[in-house]
Amino acid sequence: MSGMTFLKRPNRALSVYAVLFLVALYAPILLIPLFSFNDSIYVRFPMEGFTTRWFAELWGREPVWQSLWASGKVGVAVAIVSTALGVLAARSITRYRVPGQGAVVTFIMMPLVIPTIIFGVALLALLSRSGVPLSLYTVGLGHLIVCLPFSVATLLPRFEGFDRSLEQASADLGENGWWTFWRITFPLVLPGIVASFLLTFTISFDEFIVSFFLSGNETTLPVYIWTQLRFPQQFPSILALATLIILFSLPLILISMSISRLGLAQDATGEAKT
Amino acid sequence: LSEISERCHPNLAAEFSHSRDDGRGRGDVALPGSEVSHFSPTDQEVSPSAKGKTGRTARWLLRSDGLRGYALMSPTLIILIIGVIVPFIILLTISFWTRDGVDFNTTPAMTNYSRAVNEPMFGLLLARTFWMSGMATVATILICYPMAYFVAFHVHQNKMLWLILITLPFWISYLLRVFAWKVILGYEGAINSTLMWARWIEAPLEFLLYSPTAVIITLTHAWAAFAILPMYVSLEKIDKSLLVAATDLGDGPVARFFRITLPLSMPGVIAASFLIFIPTTGDYITPALLGGPDGMMIGNLIQAQFGGVNNWPMGATLAIILMLWIAAIAVVFLYLARFAKARIT
Repeated sequence: MSGMTFLKRPNRALSVYAVLFLVALYAPILLIPLFSFNDSIYVRFPMEGFTTRWFAELWGREPVWQSLWASGKVGVAVAIVSTALGVLAARSITRYRVPGQGAVVTFIMMPLVIPTIIFGVALLALLSRSGVPLSLYTVGLGHLIVCLPFSVATLLPRFEGFDRSLEQASADLGENGWWTFWRITFPLVLPGIVASFLLTFTISFDEFIVSFFLSGNETTLPVYIWTQLRFPQQFPSILALATLIILFSLPLILISMSISRLGLAQDATGEAKT
Repeated sequence: LSEISERCHPNLAAEFSHSRDDGRGRGDVALPGSEVSHFSPTDQEVSPSAKGKTGRTARWLLRSDGLRGYALMSPTLIILIIGVIVPFIILLTISFWTRDGVDFNTTPAMTNYSRAVNEPMFGLLLARTFWMSGMATVATILICYPMAYFVAFHVHQNKMLWLILITLPFWISYLLRVFAWKVILGYEGAINSTLMWARWIEAPLEFLLYSPTAVIITLTHAWAAFAILPMYVSLEKIDKSLLVAATDLGDGPVARFFRITLPLSMPGVIAASFLIFIPTTGDYITPALLGGPDGMMIGNLIQAQFGGVNNWPMGATLAIILMLWIAAIAVVFLYLARFAKARIT
C-alpha cells in the first residue's frame, strides 16, 4: 500500500530535535563531574585546570564517611524489607481473587502521587506524638513508604507474566505450598526481585525530604549534602561527592532496568512459544 | 519490544529450559516423599494438619480466596496503614490545635483554617504554587510530546535503548539535579560566567537564580524524563491503519496529526500532566535552593512551620489544605481522562 510509506519516511527536523533534547537532558548533569575536576574554588567558566584535590579532600572528611555508612545501612534494610513486602503483595494480588482488589492496589500505589513533604510531616507528627525518638530507624520507615509502590510496580508484571501451569504441575507432583513457591515461583520472579532491590536501594540512598524531617543525630548522605549547600566554598567538594554518587548509582539503575525489561522480554518469547 | 525479545531469545530460552530441567530433576527426588503426604491437587496450600484439626468454618476461612489473599498481603497493608493512614489522622487532629507559646493547645478549634482562608498570604502562596507547577507541567508536556512522538513513530530499531536513555536521568538523585541547576544559573554560575567571559554582558544576569523562572526551568528538566513514558505509551498504541486511512481520504500531515494522532494520545498527555503537576505542587528542594523570596512554594512554608517557626498546627493545616486541593485536582484529571477516553472509543 502506497499510503504506508509516509510512516517509514525519516523526519529530519524531528531527529535533530531528539538529539537536542538528549543534550539538554544530560548537559546539566554532566556539568557536575566536569566541574568536580576543576582546579578552582569558583564553579565558573573558563575552567582553570585539572585537579583531583576535591576528591582527596573528601577522603579525609569524617562526616562524609559517617553519613555514607548511615545511607548504606538504611538503603540495604529498606531494599530488603520493601522487596519482601512487595513480593507478598504482588503474590497476593495475582494469585488470589481478593475482594476490593482495585482499591487495595490504588492504596498501595498512593504514595507515588502524594507529595513526599506531606508524608514527611505526617510521619513526623505521628512519631513525635507517640514519643518515638528520631533515628535512622524512623528514616527507614519513611523510606519504606516511599519505596513500596516502586517494589510492587516492579514485581507485579513478573508475577502476572509467568505460566501458572508450572505451579499447578508442581502441586500435582506433590509439593506443598512453600516448596512450590521456593522451587517454581521464586526462581521465575527472581529477576523482578533483583530489580526491585536495586531500585529501592537507589531511591532510599537518594531520598532527601523524608530523611530531612525524620533523621535524628545520625544523618544520611543527602541530608549531609544539604547542610553543606549553604556554603559556596563547599561547592567543589560537594561536586566531587555528587560525581561519586552518580557514578555509583547509574550502574545499579541500568542493571535494574535491563533486568526487568529482559524478564518481560523472556515472558513474551515464552508466550509466543506456547 | 519484539525485536529485543527476539535478540535475547536464544540464551534466555536456553536459561529457561535449563531451569525447568533443573526443577524436574529435583521434583523426581521429592516424589517418593509426596506419596506419603496428603495428596490433594485442588487445595494444595492448606496443610494436612490444619485440615484435620479445624472445623468446617475454619476450613472455609482457609479456603476463602479473598481471606488468604488478605492474609498474605497483611504485612504490607499494616505497614502502609501505620505509615500513611495513622499519620494522616494525627496530622488532621493536630491541624485543629493551636499554638500556645512553646506548647500546643489541644482544644479543637478552626483558628488555623480561618487564618489560612482570611490571611491573603496563604492564598497567594497557594495560587503561586499552582501557577508555578502548572507552568512547569505545560512546559514539560510541550517539550516532551515531540520526543515521545519521535520514539513512537520514527524509531524503528533500539526503541528500548532510546527509552532507557530518556528515563535514566530521572533516577539520578533529585537533590543533585537541582544542585546542578544552581551551578548553571548561579550569580557566578556556568551561564553568567560564560556570557561575561564572551563579553556579551557586563554584569551577571540576576534574574537567572532566585526567581520563579529558575524554579520552573529546573522542575521542567527534572520531570521531563518521567513525562515521556505515559505519552509514549498512548502514542505507541495508535493503530497505524487509521493514519493510512486518513491519508487515503485526503488529509495532509497537519490535519492527520490534529484529527487522529493528538486526540488519540490525549489520555497519555493527561496522565503525564497529572504525574508532573501533583508532586511538583509539594516540592521543597527546588524552591528552597533556587526560588529566592519570590519563588517560594507552599512546601517551603509547611517546612518552616514544622521547623524554625515551630507552629506545627499551622503546618499541619497547610498540609491538609494542600492535600484537599490535590484531591480536588485529581478528580478533575480523572474526569478529563474519562472524557478523553470516551471521545476516542
